[in-house]
Amino acid sequence: MVTKVNLKRRQLLIGSVAAGVAGATAVAAQVHDGELGAPPRTIRGKVPFQEGTADAPPGASGTGYTYFTPSEVAFIEAAVGRLIPNDEVGPGAVEANVPFFLDRQLSGPFGRGDHYYLGGPWPKGTPEQGYQTRFSPAQLYRAAIAAIDQYAVANLNAASFSKLSPDDQDKTLKGLESGDVKLDGGVDSKTFFAMLLQNTKEGYFSDPIYGGNKDMGAWKMIGFPGAHYNYKDWVTRHGERVPFPTVGFKGRPGWREG
Amino acid sequence: MATTLKPVDAVLVGFGWTGAIMGQQLCDAGLSVVALERGPWRDTSTDFATGFAQDELRYMWRHHLFQNVTDDTLTIRNNVNQEALPMRHLGSFLLGTGVGSGGVHWNGQIWRFLPTDFLTKSHNEKRYGKKAVTDYDMTVQDWGITYDELEPFYDQFDKLCGTSGKAGNLRGKIQPGGNPFEGARANEYPTPPMAQTYGPTLFGKAAAELGRHPFPHPTGNLSQAYTNPLGAQMGECTYCGFCEKFGCGNYSKASPQTTIIPYLLQKSNFTLKTECEVLRVELTPDKKRATGVTYVNSAGEEFFQPAEMVILGAYVLQNVRLLLLSGIGKPYDPKTGEGVVGKNYAYQTMSSVNVFFDDKIINPFIGAGALATVIDDFNGDNFDHGGLGFIGGAYIAGMVTGGRPIEMIYTPQGTPAWGMQWKHAAAKNYLRSFSLSIHGSSMSARGNYLDLDPTYRDIHGRPMLRMTFDFTQNDHKMSDYLTDRAAEVAKAMNPREIKLNRRTGSWSVTPYQTTHNTGGAIMGDNPKNSVVNKYLQVWDVPNVFSMGAGAFPQNAGYNPTGTLAALAYMSADAIKTQYIKAPGPMVRA
Repeated sequence: MVTKVNLKRRQLLIGSVAAGVAGATAVAAQVHDGELGAPPRTIRGKVPFQEGTADAPPGASGTGYTYFTPSEVAFIEAAVGRLIPNDEVGPGAVEANVPFFLDRQLSGPFGRGDHYYLGGPWPKGTPEQGYQTRFSPAQLYRAAIAAIDQYAVANLNAASFSKLSPDDQDKTLKGLESGDVKLDGGVDSKTFFAMLLQNTKEGYFSDPIYGGNKDMGAWKMIGFPGAHYNYKDWVTRHGERVPFPTVGFKGRPGWREG
Repeated sequence: MATTLKPVDAVLVGFGWTGAIMGQQLCDAGLSVVALERGPWRDTSTDFATGFAQDELRYMWRHHLFQNVTDDTLTIRNNVNQEALPMRHLGSFLLGTGVGSGGVHWNGQIWRFLPTDFLTKSHNEKRYGKKAVTDYDMTVQDWGITYDELEPFYDQFDKLCGTSGKAGNLRGKIQPGGNPFEGARANEYPTPPMAQTYGPTLFGKAAAELGRHPFPHPTGNLSQAYTNPLGAQMGECTYCGFCEKFGCGNYSKASPQTTIIPYLLQKSNFTLKTECEVLRVELTPDKKRATGVTYVNSAGEEFFQPAEMVILGAYVLQNVRLLLLSGIGKPYDPKTGEGVVGKNYAYQTMSSVNVFFDDKIINPFIGAGALATVIDDFNGDNFDHGGLGFIGGAYIAGMVTGGRPIEMIYTPQGTPAWGMQWKHAAAKNYLRSFSLSIHGSSMSARGNYLDLDPTYRDIHGRPMLRMTFDFTQNDHKMSDYLTDRAAEVAKAMNPREIKLNRRTGSWSVTPYQTTHNTGGAIMGDNPKNSVVNKYLQVWDVPNVFSMGAGAFPQNAGYNPTGTLAALAYMSADAIKTQYIKAPGPMVRA
């Protein structure tokens, strides 16, 4: 079982590198993922260097949803909109494109449980033992969203979570956060809530190449100037605002037009 | 079955800091050396270039440089009455893999332990009585080594890294501006301390007003360009704020890549093999000598590498597991207290105090891994513990390693974790807050240990390591006391408000604390209480050496790298001057 899961992971990993770059399905097995799975190497004599192998980040591509179903989109947009609401202080999670970020994360290696150990057996464990479920993150989202919608139908007289009033959505989210709202389908509500909140903040504050943090709005709101490389001149200018414009890996508006 | 390879003088298991140090030392002594690293090759220009190194999502949260637990993890529990379950995702600590390993994604905080830290049992017993070292089922021990013996090797590591700092005790004379509590140093730091940003500066002023003794954190993020004794050139740190969990694209952070590997790879007697995982150390039938190691590569091919010496230079948890899997030494039994392998696993007791200003722009994104002003007044036995009910301590650092917004937004006490109130608090406080780090010791205790899990296995079919650990009452008391001392400094900075993040409850695997796991292959003065002697030589199998923080009988209130590197240099020195001439036990039991 364990071996099978791993073989699958390797294959998917190779596929995802190709898909992430060009949207193609299969290219040569160029796995440079910074982790196990590259071919064995013997290195001696000098520091090896091969051009064209820079371990560049695997950004999000395309438009539209590839993982979420329409009803899941309705849940996600409603839920992340309550986790980080929109107002004049700064963008909400929906305005920052977090649902798209989540979709691409869940359809990629993260969603498949790359960097998770999912082998059995699967006892529940103590809170201190952390993530204890057989679900990969993508499976957990799928099961949890269905279970939360079902909870809304059974307990709150609504067609789904997204149809609840904002107040009832907040109450439900708080119940998931505390574990007071119990879910069917083998979903631990606290585990799912913790992952949803974490991933929402990731989409809100990560580099825009991953699909969220639209126009670097979240960074601008807090005053983080982005991926600058050198602050040497500002180290001892205590208490001054650093006037650098906000930049991401792909630069900023004004660097490139069209 | 396994293909047998040409014998070598020494095989290195793992190629992080200790592997690279031992490789360089033993190759310079003329030995033929093969290093086996289970992870991939990595170098600065290809793997963490400045164009994409500052990526919080990919490196911190998607674990791009860390051990992938899909293939191999460990099981965890707080005590022997619980069932250990797999650590299914990294959290509390972030294990390294690949060439350079944790030495790539560390902060570069380079510390020496205090002279009394090496005498945890005898010193505290003498000063505070027997109960002080046996309360709460503590099993603290002396190291079987003194600070003075280790000092030349600390110095060697400082010169390798080009450590930036200010000496506080130069050959017994206290120096202004340095740490007056430190053990005597033979030499000043190779490079001057880093310039301090606003937060650490405010901390230093407030601490001095309270009569404490602030000094700049010693750091492997260099304040100026440096060429080390191996000819490796390093650049000046640009304070980009992406050290811990990230590789440095600027050759400014000391790592095996920036300090040793370019030199070592030129040696004709050195070979590095990547994607090669050692399965076990092979022993002669009487188990008194290692014959080499068996390893499997990522193509699934199995090899036996014969070697005169086996140097375990993997991370603490892997070294201990390999000892257990190979049948080296007697496994520790917490019921009887007998056996040594896996004994005295310890950690680090971390807490923090967040400081919020209305009127001061802190600019937390201007940071570096060890950019901090520190007080050491309440570390180790630098203060009187009489009546306090604990031993040990912590350094307290006004530290700004960076302002990475997913991880490092501080919000005031009572702020919810989400919603409009959270967003407004984030927007208001990000630029105007920072954190004091309280970096506490971890005293070993009878119930905290490492062994093999009875249920869960890795992809090779080997039992996973099982970690049984919880914070001791000693360490909770220590941490509470130290957090209060940090709060005094925080208040003296006249902020709008502060928030105390105490270390409460049982150890949890989820929130990141620190990757300072120690013990399990501890050093000592005799085989009854330890796995290795002071030269890190395994008592029971003297041609096996176990490197790293696994040798710490308990953990002091400092980051471990400086000490584990010094121990590696000391081991290499003993191998070169004694062992090669007369292979066998270097300390008579």
